[in-house]
Amino acid sequence: MKIVIINYGAGNIQSIKFAIQRLGYEAVLSSDPEEIKAADKVIFPGVGEASSAMQKLKDSGLDTLVPKLKQPVLGICLGMQLMCKYTEEGDTQGLGIFDVDVVRFDNQVKVPQIGWNQIESLQSNLFLGVEEKEYIYLVHSYYAPVINETIAVSNYGLPYSTALHKDNFYGTQFHPEKSSVVGEKILKNFLIIK
Amino acid sequence: MLTKRIVPCLDIKNGRTVKGVNFVDLRDAGDPVELADVYSKAGADELVFLDISATEERRKTLANLVLRVAEKVNIPFTVGGGISSIEDVDMLLQNGADKVSVNSSAVKNPQLINDLAGKFGSQCITVAIDAKQIDGKWKVHLVGGKVPTELDLFEWAKEVEDRGAGEILFTSMDHDGTKDGFANEALARLSQELNIPIIASGGAGNIQHFADTFIEGKADAALAASVFHFKEIEIKNLKTELQKQNIPVRL
Repeated sequence: MKIVIINYGAGNIQSIKFAIQRLGYEAVLSSDPEEIKAADKVIFPGVGEASSAMQKLKDSGLDTLVPKLKQPVLGICLGMQLMCKYTEEGDTQGLGIFDVDVVRFDNQVKVPQIGWNQIESLQSNLFLGVEEKEYIYLVHSYYAPVINETIAVSNYGLPYSTALHKDNFYGTQFHPEKSSVVGEKILKNFLIIK
Repeated sequence: MLTKRIVPCLDIKNGRTVKGVNFVDLRDAGDPVELADVYSKAGADELVFLDISATEERRKTLANLVLRVAEKVNIPFTVGGGISSIEDVDMLLQNGADKVSVNSSAVKNPQLINDLAGKFGSQCITVAIDAKQIDGKWKVHLVGGKVPTELDLFEWAKEVEDRGAGEILFTSMDHDGTKDGFANEALARLSQELNIPIIASGGAGNIQHFADTFIEGKADAALAASVFHFKEIEIKNLKTELQKQNIPVRL
């Protein structure tokens, strides 16, 4: 199986590569469109600020490639947010895969949310073997509201989409690569999805 | 529900843990990677590595250590100590650190916080503040608490937040090493005046101290070193006890 982590200069991709290694698979980092298209599984990472990450994606010409991919694609954290229609952060147009606008948490809660929260209302093979209310690790100031494409919900002042799914595209707001054994289960599930 | 975090801190010198640790079952108690692995399996929510090396090779040694930790550990970790530039942070994040913590260099050059948050995002920038009370006023200190500044803790913390830090790690030098509990009054005030997470540090001696800092101190996370390294407190027991007191924890 060929696993490609899209390398467009946004964030901590080493950890994802290592997490995949711990599961017994190998992943390559790549920004080469041909190599990405040829992969069996694509991971679309991202940390940092949305508009500059989106700019980097555009600079590498991958903004048009990602929405056309046919194999399973997993966006993580900012990667997931960039797969949405729009994000308030830096007034940024996203890739429009998920039909939702990403907005900032209001100041009723501490922003960013940093730490371990629970996932519930699980609705996808991505969560095979994962119990309701298990804990996952998150660091974020913006969130996607709950929509039809929501496959998991977390609560932080309000319920929001902690994971999304449409066709071959998956997104997690949390970091599976940093979410201990629960995260590893989810990552493994993605790697074996058909 | 977002849980309160328990954060063991490891002091690192030249790639090795500094303070003695009492882990008889470890092959090499001086290896931070092994210790990190033990803590992550024991239920730690996050780890902090504080580098106190002062050698020429420190950057390279630290980067190498960070890479080895990232390879092995499946929970987030923060790296701090001597970080003073965008290049330092870039190298640590590239090697797999989730967050970095800056301290003295931010006091000397506050713009550094803006620059780091702008380039890497607030979520990975922790600002560590060491402070102690002088004539009843909390004053920020540098160099591990040795050098006093004129900065007021609460004013500096607010400025740190405004400049884009994602989190504050507050160590009370008055409490550090006393095992007499955290600086809950100052912590609660920080939580009240700021809207970013606050990590409490300095003073952990028993399980009730953690409960107190989460309830009275309103802390989002609590950091400790020796009580964990010497097994005076087991993380699992700690979390079970916190849960009994209705404090949300990951168990």
